[in-house]
Amino acid sequence: MEQVECIVVGGGLAGLSAAYGLASAGAEVMVLERGDYSGAKNVTGGRLYVKPIRRFYPELWDEAPYERPVARELVTMMAGGAHTTVEIASDRFTAGQPQSYTVLRARLDQWLAEKVGEKGAMVVPNMKVDELLRKDGKVTGIRAGEDEIGAQVVIVAEGVLRLLSSKAGLTSEPQARHHAIGYKEVIELPAGVIEDRWRLNPGEGAAHLFMGDCTKGMMGGAFLYTNKESISLGMVVGMDDMRRRRDGSESWQLLDEFKELPQIKPLVAGGTVAEYSAHSIPEGGISQVPKLAGDGYVVAGDTAGLSLNALVTVRGMDFAIASGYFAAQAVLKAKEAGDFSAAGLASYEASLRDSFVLRDLETARSIPNVMENPRLFTHYPQAIGRLLESVYTIDDQPQAGIVKKAWRGVRRDFMSVATVKDAWSMRKI
Amino acid sequence: MPMKIDAKLGLDVFKLDKEPHIVIDNDVCKAVCTDEACLYVCPADLYERDDQGRMTVNWEGCLECGTCLICCDAKALTWTYPRGQFGVQYRMS
Repeated sequence: MEQVECIVVGGGLAGLSAAYGLASAGAEVMVLERGDYSGAKNVTGGRLYVKPIRRFYPELWDEAPYERPVARELVTMMAGGAHTTVEIASDRFTAGQPQSYTVLRARLDQWLAEKVGEKGAMVVPNMKVDELLRKDGKVTGIRAGEDEIGAQVVIVAEGVLRLLSSKAGLTSEPQARHHAIGYKEVIELPAGVIEDRWRLNPGEGAAHLFMGDCTKGMMGGAFLYTNKESISLGMVVGMDDMRRRRDGSESWQLLDEFKELPQIKPLVAGGTVAEYSAHSIPEGGISQVPKLAGDGYVVAGDTAGLSLNALVTVRGMDFAIASGYFAAQAVLKAKEAGDFSAAGLASYEASLRDSFVLRDLETARSIPNVMENPRLFTHYPQAIGRLLESVYTIDDQPQAGIVKKAWRGVRRDFMSVATVKDAWSMRKI
Repeated sequence: MPMKIDAKLGLDVFKLDKEPHIVIDNDVCKAVCTDEACLYVCPADLYERDDQGRMTVNWEGCLECGTCLICCDAKALTWTYPRGQFGVQYRMS
């Protein structure tokens, strides 16, 4: 059996980040990617928060193939034909080094794979791993078709579905309750149209989230990210809610209905759909993070459940890159000590716990439960829309004063036992 | 008029294997399944019942998201990723 020092299963951001760190330090590393190239099987919404990861591999982040730095953030609450939008364009989002960029995975991942190759790692495309090999409880390598390759350590970055790691008993099978389905269209539009439509300075971008009617009360929302010459427009819906569909609609129809809304139509007018994609998203939070390392292996990225949907900020790629970095550091330490056992690799979990990755997931521990509250996607968007609509409405009757109108809305929709309970449940998020 | 789902899938690059990577055990569907989640969770709308009422999947257009697998409580699916060199190949996403 062929033998290498480190095998990375999956050439996405977590796997490539790990391989980059390992290869930079001179370790022998082989990345196995099932797509034609890195990014061929990956999907993002998407936006990458670069600030958290700048200190890992600082030489990389100024030259990455981003789409646009996000200068404008918008969130729209939709209910009963009324869209209420909160918008912020802050100097601080883009000053100096922007905090986040819109990205497309086929470009980003291919670029990172090249960088990994330049460091001396071997990135093998078109190679699907079929099994993680185990001996006496230790992961000893992989099988791909007829071929077996042994390794001192396997970095499992196979993605959200955990097909290999759950079969090997390293992680649990993904459950609907802890996952969302995300799907999107990439719609081509000229750069100038994008900048006019979202009121952007040349080169700058917008991130726009929508919640409420678009998911018909199901957990989730719609998203819109502006790329250089396209927009990524899609939906995210909790699988458990989707499975217990409330009105008979099918998942893929939600986006079509969304695009036909009078408030949304002008945003996509004249655009040409160029690609349609879908992916599962881990949304179980820290309670669903598996054991992160064991004898002969570590798990990283989506496989480790490292993603965080905090309603207006959605993160995963920064966690993937960070976990890859820490995985590499832990493996290098294990290599130095000549100990690839669970104990030898234990610094991986320790450094993730010290870092923003598990700290932010810990802070957000209660979010997955809060998100299961359907009122978040029905009552509140409705209440906010009703309140503002009343303030802005003039009909043929004498009008109440603006404060009175608003107060009426607050009393009606925000001062019930249910909303007080909701506020209590949200106190920790 | 919204774009048809088939037309959307037609924009994607698929490299087709000879063998399906999703196999449905209709005996399990019949015996265990109560909600037919696959029919409406799949974002590519690939599942349908044939004339005999058997569940089928047009696996050729699979986006490999795994939603059907995660949502199938009956465990009626044998679901793997397509072999290397096959399946959807996203060019941007």
